[in-house]
Amino acid sequence: MYTFSNRLKIGAIILTVLGALMVGYGFMDSHKSLDNVKTMLAEEASHGHHGGGHAEETTHEAMSKDSHGETEGHGDAHAEDAHHGDKHAEHVMHQIHNRPWAAIYVAAFFFFMIALGVLAFYAIQYAAQAGWSPLLLRVMEGITAYVLPGALIVLAIAIASGTIGHYNIFVWMDPEVVAHDKLIQGKSGWLNITGFAIRGLIFIAGWSLYRYFARKFSIAQDEADDNKNFKKTFRISAGFLVFFIYTESMMSWDWIMSVDPHWFSTLFGWYVFAGMMVCGVTVIAMITMYLKSKDLLPMVNDSHIHDLAKFMFGFSIFWTYLWFSQFMLIWYSNIPEEVTYFVARINDYKLPFFGMLAMNFIFPLLVLMNSDYKRINWFVVMAGIVILLGHYVDVFNMIMPATVGDRWFIGIPEIGSILLFAGLFLFIVFTALTKAPLTPKRNPFIKESEHFHY
Amino acid sequence: MKTSKVIHAIYNDDDVLMSAVKTVKAKKHHIEEIYTPFPVHGLDKAMGLAPTRIAITSFMYGCVGLTVAILMMNFIMIEDWPQNIGGKPSFSYLENMPAFVPIMFELTVFFAAHLMVITFYLRSRMWPFKKAENPDPRTTDDHFLMEIPVHGNESELTSLLKDTGAVEIKLVDKEEH
Repeated sequence: MYTFSNRLKIGAIILTVLGALMVGYGFMDSHKSLDNVKTMLAEEASHGHHGGGHAEETTHEAMSKDSHGETEGHGDAHAEDAHHGDKHAEHVMHQIHNRPWAAIYVAAFFFFMIALGVLAFYAIQYAAQAGWSPLLLRVMEGITAYVLPGALIVLAIAIASGTIGHYNIFVWMDPEVVAHDKLIQGKSGWLNITGFAIRGLIFIAGWSLYRYFARKFSIAQDEADDNKNFKKTFRISAGFLVFFIYTESMMSWDWIMSVDPHWFSTLFGWYVFAGMMVCGVTVIAMITMYLKSKDLLPMVNDSHIHDLAKFMFGFSIFWTYLWFSQFMLIWYSNIPEEVTYFVARINDYKLPFFGMLAMNFIFPLLVLMNSDYKRINWFVVMAGIVILLGHYVDVFNMIMPATVGDRWFIGIPEIGSILLFAGLFLFIVFTALTKAPLTPKRNPFIKESEHFHY
Repeated sequence: MKTSKVIHAIYNDDDVLMSAVKTVKAKKHHIEEIYTPFPVHGLDKAMGLAPTRIAITSFMYGCVGLTVAILMMNFIMIEDWPQNIGGKPSFSYLENMPAFVPIMFELTVFFAAHLMVITFYLRSRMWPFKKAENPDPRTTDDHFLMEIPVHGNESELTSLLKDTGAVEIKLVDKEEH
């Protein structure tokens, strides 16, 4: 049995508390009145913020045409200018108000996505009756303990942003916006808060039920004298994978893609799935290496790490493949309502957008290509850290352009949210790891896993 | 023509062969070559062969393929005959680059795969119309053949190989390459 070391526990608690404080500060700091924003904008303009200011102006113009194009009269040019200035300041004020919401949402989703990716990976191990991995199943079960709380938090933040907040993440939650927007009106049969909440709860219920029973059978299998429990898990895993790939897709439309309610991509679900699998496998590898370094997983050998690193490498390439498929089709066809998605990202998010490609593709490609390097623990850890940061930036790029526009920065609200959820994640995962022996005793494939070598 | 004496020991099971290889290596005999009908996992390690360098050549061929694709698309689409396709007549390599990525990928794979296979054949001394080196046609069906050079220790080797489960042991004169 593993005991949650005090140092790690205190570390997790400190992260959570520090993160919560920083998030709180982020919310307080974002309470700027319209006058504050106007002074700020005037200051920025006088500081020779030429390039940035200009881009802002144009995006704002596009936005205001979007929402008011039909109703706006053709008044005096001067009056319109003044009106425009006011509108612009108000728009920027909203973006500033949105930032802590979006920051906490990105971090909450990122850590939840790790756990969900691991749950899918875990189900695949059972459905495929994999022989190499049973030694790692308990580590995966520990990580998937975060699925339920993590998903509930994400859903709660999303719904809170549309009820107690001021529609800070999803504009389609704002009845005022929907009233002036034909496209969202057409989608309101799907995009409404009630449906959003019900769907979310169904997804979470399905994932958690699978997790609950798989864990229960896995522990029962330890003391069993036949393989009945294993067979049950095999069956529910196959069923879960079907449920998962549908619900994961819908979850990604609801929880991520709908932040840009005009835009859609048909392979978005796959794209998010690839990202969550990379992160999930990376975290499995990291926690396995941590536990191995404490001598708690004595039977795990280099070949297991090698296989995990192969998955990290493979899923990184897979993620890039999907990212590029989505990007190239939209870039090439250049249809205005589709391409705005990437225009916004390339104009205002150049560094995170292209930096993420380097971190998620070029770096793992070069570092993890060599077979021998996949067995060197510190190499895998280093690659894993870059991959995790890269995929955080990926989620950041999915949410931020729709919520804060060009007012983005990775500052106190963002880092605070990461710390908050990292602490919570570590606390829940390592608590779950203490609940059962780290080696599943009577898994029918445990011998094969113990003798696994490449 | 110079000849040398070698022993050919034939096995009919890959597991028996593997344990035989380990015994022979443990007795510090040199194994010249093993002929098998299919790849036997772990045989190279047991024989003490140096790790393959084909992966490195594959990486280098891939780099060549990538370079060829980049230069080729630059020549075709930008320099020689700039074309307006899909409303993207930017005539700039960098701005059209995403359209060339599939070609870069394909040529990287193409070069890596084909040149790696050709390298493998050449390194294994195989080319068209070459007479097969295979000493016993049964090794293309269901038998495994281990070839050990003899340096006046014929009887000792024969008894050792008998113990390892060889179904047939022959002493043959072999032409040297």
